[in-house]
Amino acid sequence: MLAFIIRRLLSTLLVMGLVGVFIFLLLHLSPGDPAAIIAGDNATPTQIEAIRTSLGLNDPLHLQFGRWAVRVLSGDLGISIFSNVPVATLIAQRVWPTLSLAFTTIVLAVLLAVAAGVLAAWKAGSFLDRLVMILSVVGFSVPVFVVGYLLIYVFAITLRWLPVQGYTPLAEGLWPWARHLILPSLALGLAYVALIARITRTAMLDVLAEDYMRTARAKGVATGPMLFKHALKSAGVPIVTVVGIGIALLIGGVVITETVFNLPGIGRLVVDAISKRDYPIIQGVILLFSGVYVIINLLVDLSYTLLDPRIRY
Amino acid sequence: MTAPLLDVQDLRTHFFNEDGVTRAVDGLSFAVAAQETVGIVGESGCGKTVTALSILQLLPPRLGRIVGGRILFEGTDLTKLSEGQLRAVRGNRIGMIFQEPMTSLNPVLSIGHQIAEAVRIHKGASASAARARARDMLELVKIPDAKRRLDDYPHQFSGGMRQRVMIAMALACDPKMLIADEPTTALDVTIQAQVLKLMLELKAKTGAAIVLITHDLGVVAETCQRVVVMYAGRKVEEAPVAQLFARPAHPYTRGLLASIARGKAGARARRLKEIPGMVPSLREPIRGCAFAPRCRFAVDACRQEQPRLTPVAGTPVHQAACLRVAEVLAS
Amino acid sequence: MTVAAAEITNMPRRSGLWHFVRRNPTLVGGSIVLILVALAALAAPLIAGDPIAAKPANRLRPPSHLNWLGTDQLGRDVWARTVYGARISLVVGLAVATIAMAIGLLVGLLAGFSRTVESVVMRLMDGLMAIPAILLAIAFVSLSKASVSIVVAAIALPEIPRVVRLVRSVVLSVREQPFVEAAVASGTRLPKILSRHILPATVPPLIVQATYVAASAILIEAALSFLGAGTPPEIPTWGNMIASSRVYLGLAPWTIFGPGLALALIVLAVNLVGDGLRDRLDPRIARRM
Repeated sequence: MLAFIIRRLLSTLLVMGLVGVFIFLLLHLSPGDPAAIIAGDNATPTQIEAIRTSLGLNDPLHLQFGRWAVRVLSGDLGISIFSNVPVATLIAQRVWPTLSLAFTTIVLAVLLAVAAGVLAAWKAGSFLDRLVMILSVVGFSVPVFVVGYLLIYVFAITLRWLPVQGYTPLAEGLWPWARHLILPSLALGLAYVALIARITRTAMLDVLAEDYMRTARAKGVATGPMLFKHALKSAGVPIVTVVGIGIALLIGGVVITETVFNLPGIGRLVVDAISKRDYPIIQGVILLFSGVYVIINLLVDLSYTLLDPRIRY
Repeated sequence: MTAPLLDVQDLRTHFFNEDGVTRAVDGLSFAVAAQETVGIVGESGCGKTVTALSILQLLPPRLGRIVGGRILFEGTDLTKLSEGQLRAVRGNRIGMIFQEPMTSLNPVLSIGHQIAEAVRIHKGASASAARARARDMLELVKIPDAKRRLDDYPHQFSGGMRQRVMIAMALACDPKMLIADEPTTALDVTIQAQVLKLMLELKAKTGAAIVLITHDLGVVAETCQRVVVMYAGRKVEEAPVAQLFARPAHPYTRGLLASIARGKAGARARRLKEIPGMVPSLREPIRGCAFAPRCRFAVDACRQEQPRLTPVAGTPVHQAACLRVAEVLAS
Repeated sequence: MTVAAAEITNMPRRSGLWHFVRRNPTLVGGSIVLILVALAALAAPLIAGDPIAAKPANRLRPPSHLNWLGTDQLGRDVWARTVYGARISLVVGLAVATIAMAIGLLVGLLAGFSRTVESVVMRLMDGLMAIPAILLAIAFVSLSKASVSIVVAAIALPEIPRVVRLVRSVVLSVREQPFVEAAVASGTRLPKILSRHILPATVPPLIVQATYVAASAILIEAALSFLGAGTPPEIPTWGNMIASSRVYLGLAPWTIFGPGLALALIVLAVNLVGDGLRDRLDPRIARRM
């Protein structure tokens, strides 16, 4: 088991290394002169040169990469071109809204999706099942910002049940914090719910057809424990897998959701950086998010041993 | 005469799918007395497994259904019970074990948990009491090192041991009856003998009745007191074991017995005799005797009406559904 | 259900268009919607008005017989802009799917055949897949001059790893089949094995995957436009339409929901086509779904 963990960790490091290389290369392989583009259309040659120097673009490639890699590993994600504040600081300032949104979305989404998937599998072929399937295709097809504006229009503007936008820190109260996150979580999580519900349903259908479910029934086990203890645990591996992989959807959607709902998180940081072409910020956030994604999937892999005792590394 | 423990009366179980209706069990009646071992024997597709599933109503929910008849267990008609009431019977008053030990245990729950679960559900035992009982059951079925093995998972056991775990699970709540659906078919021959011997010992200890479903007449000979022979969803013969083997009265039973190799020391090697023809499709209603197309004793009357069960040789314990019993016995 | 009522006779599978429709409702439904949208986009100059002409006097008018989806904050006809916006979405969806499939097929075939290529390439793909697609696309676009081709390239890049994985697994499984081993043993040359056995096996899953890639591409393109990291703002895309009319959500919801619902509709149609194709081309899964 320990050998496996070590192997996976090494593999994870390798992947992160590759991510670093890709991101670094992106700056250099995109068509056009990155310094000029970052400087903007109206920049003078001097300004462009200044940017080129500040980004170290005149040095040999491997030297640049080496310097950059060392800095990143020591926690230095560069300096924002426009505000001159270290990227890491900017990220740290805005981490809580993003973290809150991610947390509420994941919790809500997993609970909702698994329940829906289990129900759909249990009543396979019924109207409820078909409804879940249809809703899941629709949920997967509507873009996050459209769902967001729809929710805002119905629940905030027309019904006035929830705030239109904005964020209240947890320190100012649980309910104010939560009510600002309800609509964003729903918008962000819809595609995620759709994905998880579908996989849950498929996995549950497979498990419910297994012989051991009949044995449980022959023992007199009631429906609740049958579904949630006997079946769901057995179906756990593919479900947890998709929960992990689907985080990529969430990460991409965070940027959009924070824009729609005006949450002062890391996503908004990136969007502001886009218009200003503040590349170090974009680069830093990508590194951070990729790292988070890779670590989450590592944890998912490790969780398999907890779920299925047959899996031993 | 005391009422039987289990009294199946004119059971009809049908399967429905988009292609039509399959009459898997078509008017079956038999009874099991307390502490008795009754075997139900027949080839694949004759309806014996469906019968077993029908008793506890474990048929696949949308596909199969009991469409007629009664199943009286200790006086109560099981077919009239709600799902909640049935749950109180399953695993509690009637235990059941299945054919495939490799897939019949949940792979992600420990076997101790799976055994203890039955006790917790039906006897309301605490977790520790249930666990103690599970350990006792494991020792009863002769699993070595029972205490440590409680926390092991099914994949850590061999096929024969898994079947013992299944038996432990089925008997954990001291049921009055155990239904065993081909319990040894998937096991090696040597393990088969061990498991059967274990079942008989446990029966002697616990006083449970056993309904043993099998296609193997050898198993029947070793373990059962009475036998029911099924063909195409119907009972064709019923007798105490010794009588069935000594004087089979139905042509199908004769065919079955003739088709197994009877190895007696010094006997001439005989060619295995097969029964010509094929089992009829259960999709259409069968007119007359189901076995008639393959029967060398068949006459026109056999094809007109389904033969009723008649006593053989004057004893009510031996019955056969055949119009030509006299001729069969004479040959 | 009485026994009598359940005695259905065996229904033969009938051929013909009507029965095809009945057995594949998602495929047919999705395809019809897609075709209609594509035709509308092609015929945009004929059926829609002028998407760019601004008539400030007419701003923020609700839908009427003059302006089927109302007007936006500059007095532009929302219906016209929505129809023209379909062009970008369809073009991007198609282009990304084609490019990602082509490159993915090539790389995947190589990886399936050569051990060394495989170990290098699959690691690279793992690395690429670790970066969330939108962020990669944003980074790519922000470093280049905005244009439709850049957007297409930016979106296609993160879609490639999944295709590579798919192709490689198909190649590996086909290679192990007895008839391929027999072909190799009897001296068949590689190109023939490729074209006879391997490529045909990759086609069905690739087609299904292509639809999902197209749907994803349309969504990402819209997101990029919405965030201001997409095609140049002069070209009306559904994403930038929604972005520029954001503040008018309460006053003039049609400016947002016109393009919004069009987006949802087209992505839904593509996804349905994908599901329908998958059900037809991969019967194993179809039985369970």
